[in-house]
Amino acid sequence: MNNPWTKKDLLSLYDLSAEEIAFILDTAEEFKKVSQRKIKKVPALRGKTVVNLFIEPSTRTRISFELAEQRLSADIINISAEASSLRKGETLLDTVRNIEALQADLVVLRHSAAGAPNFLAPRVRCGIVNAGDGAHSHPTQALLDLFTMREKKGTLKGLNVSIIGDILHSRVARSDMWGLLKLGANVTFAGPSTLVPREFAAAGVRVCDNLTEALEGADVVNLLRIQHERQRSGFFPSTGEYAKIFGLNKESLKYIKPDALIMHPGPINRDVELASALADGPQSVILEQVTNGLAVRMAVLFLVAGCLK
Amino acid sequence: MSRKIYKGARVVDPARNIDEVMDIGVENGVFADPAALKDAEVIDLAGYVLAPGFIDLHVHLRQPGKTDAETIHTGTLAAAAGGFTSIVSMPNTNPCADNPGTIHYIRTYAQAEGVVKVLPCGAITKGLEGQEMAGIGGLKAAGVVALSDDGKCVQNHELMRHVIEYSRTFKLPILDHCEDTVLASGGVMHEGHWSVFLGMKGMAAAAEELIVARDAILARTADWKVHIQHVSTKGSLSIIRKAQKEGVQITAEATPHHISLTDVEIKKFDTNYKMNPPLRSEEDRLAVIEGLRDGTITVIATDHAPHTNTAKAVEFDYAPFGIIGLETAVPVCFTELYHKGYLDLSSLISKFTKGPADVLGMPIGTLENGRPADITILDPEREGVVDADKFYSKSRNTPFNGYRYKGLAVGTIVDGRCVFSLLDNLRKG
Repeated sequence: MNNPWTKKDLLSLYDLSAEEIAFILDTAEEFKKVSQRKIKKVPALRGKTVVNLFIEPSTRTRISFELAEQRLSADIINISAEASSLRKGETLLDTVRNIEALQADLVVLRHSAAGAPNFLAPRVRCGIVNAGDGAHSHPTQALLDLFTMREKKGTLKGLNVSIIGDILHSRVARSDMWGLLKLGANVTFAGPSTLVPREFAAAGVRVCDNLTEALEGADVVNLLRIQHERQRSGFFPSTGEYAKIFGLNKESLKYIKPDALIMHPGPINRDVELASALADGPQSVILEQVTNGLAVRMAVLFLVAGCLK
Repeated sequence: MSRKIYKGARVVDPARNIDEVMDIGVENGVFADPAALKDAEVIDLAGYVLAPGFIDLHVHLRQPGKTDAETIHTGTLAAAAGGFTSIVSMPNTNPCADNPGTIHYIRTYAQAEGVVKVLPCGAITKGLEGQEMAGIGGLKAAGVVALSDDGKCVQNHELMRHVIEYSRTFKLPILDHCEDTVLASGGVMHEGHWSVFLGMKGMAAAAEELIVARDAILARTADWKVHIQHVSTKGSLSIIRKAQKEGVQITAEATPHHISLTDVEIKKFDTNYKMNPPLRSEEDRLAVIEGLRDGTITVIATDHAPHTNTAKAVEFDYAPFGIIGLETAVPVCFTELYHKGYLDLSSLISKFTKGPADVLGMPIGTLENGRPADITILDPEREGVVDADKFYSKSRNTPFNGYRYKGLAVGTIVDGRCVFSLLDNLRKG
């Protein structure tokens, strides 16, 4: 396999070519096999130090990265915002430069501010892997979504993918969008009009504020978590109304293709954006997404580590 | 007795509709009839443009309180280097300029260390908090030339109405930073295409436009002058244009960055593109230029807002708003407005001279005999590249480092004395 990967950082799928994205997915296929072996560990990152710098709290992404690093035999340091000197007023740049002074090779960064990894990457030698920055980007989540869709459907080309929910505040929606569009899928966004900016049409996304229309002929439906905080800020009147008008339930099944996949980045608000019966039903691939996340993150860490100077 | 005659320059004085090659005389720091000056030193300025000293209505000098970013000395040096002879200092210092004591402090330092004239602007409300009217009579007595809560915006419409009415007595114009703070809350850039794609909290154009409309209505009610600071949206301009047609005393300023840059820059996540109001869409940028062209906007002001590298070298969300502008305003505006054919020389110079002087109602911004001899010498054809390392300002937070320009201020004269020049004969004189 010809290796087109040359980057020390993974910041956003917006920055990547279709070829680079496909190459990560191909690499992840190999790593998925590793996790199915009796001994789930490979020495690919032995002697490398990875720092998980989680300025914004996260459980599933952090655990997935940590396990991926362990399975690659890396040495790992975990830093969370509460425990770090950022609390004492140290800047993010100083924190990462200190980490670098300890000869760390990679920093996996989760941050609430959009663009934080883009700000850091050109200013440090170590590789930066974006584990989610504000509402901007969450490239490994998108990669695991793409991986899951490709695995189940064979190809992304021509696939109709509908992403439903709070698009405005979702880094997952934005990252999925870039990845899907680059690999030739058709993307639809839908949800309350206060949370689904029409500007996305400029990128080639079909923007709907009607759920039925959005679901028509879908091969994949990806639901986004609806946060109660948005109700308080007046984006919609209640989660009850949200569930009734924009939640995916048994009724919705008649619009989507019979073999359509139901996806969710988690954590799920059961019976709000997604009916329990569907979350646990045969079309749901939600737990497989979690499994694939591990393979994708192993692939990303392996590739960026290979490009460190 | 000091007597000088500036010879051979193209003299542009928009306040008196002058644009011709003629001599300008100065005697003891005041403009005088050159024909009546005996034994004057003659300074040849053939090939240059001689204009009234440029006035910047919108400058943050950071002293007192933030002297690590700028001081009255370095800020006025930067002004001189940029071609400005008078600058209006915004009141959001620490302590803020809501009291005569702070105004005296600023004037004392400006007298001692200032390179150009500092015209202090007082606060509209105590502590810039938008709750209670500041002591406007006392501020006037202490020497303020205008009132502003710049950086903040009075949200209480009744209070704003009273402030405008009360200021009329003291002939102090209100310079307003227009922002509905609830609507713009948490925003770090313009709300539009790029905020949506970058996933950043946007500041809606409506947040500016609602307050511009409020101000236009209250300026009419109170029958007094409101000046809209750093106008940045197409909608604001149509509100101002309509109000002006109806005779409301409303004026507006544009900044060099809103004329030349748009929100597409934010995708670099460079905090030197973060300011308030934010860089807007291309449609807004063109509307601002159209506003300058059709006379709706009579002033170009920099909103020079120094911040240290430390303050700016952080995540975009956490960086303070503002960029410096004194040393790049003339090159950027000559390049973007004059050389691109939007404004002729006299119209452009008017935005830096007659326009701001009219807002303040002060007898500056013209070369009339008997007025203080404040002069800006320009070379509209001079080309170069902006080098932030050479700035006189203490701060470096500019998006224009490396910018290729055509047109530069090459000499700055305050009260007949050359305070900055790239020309040998001016410096000696």
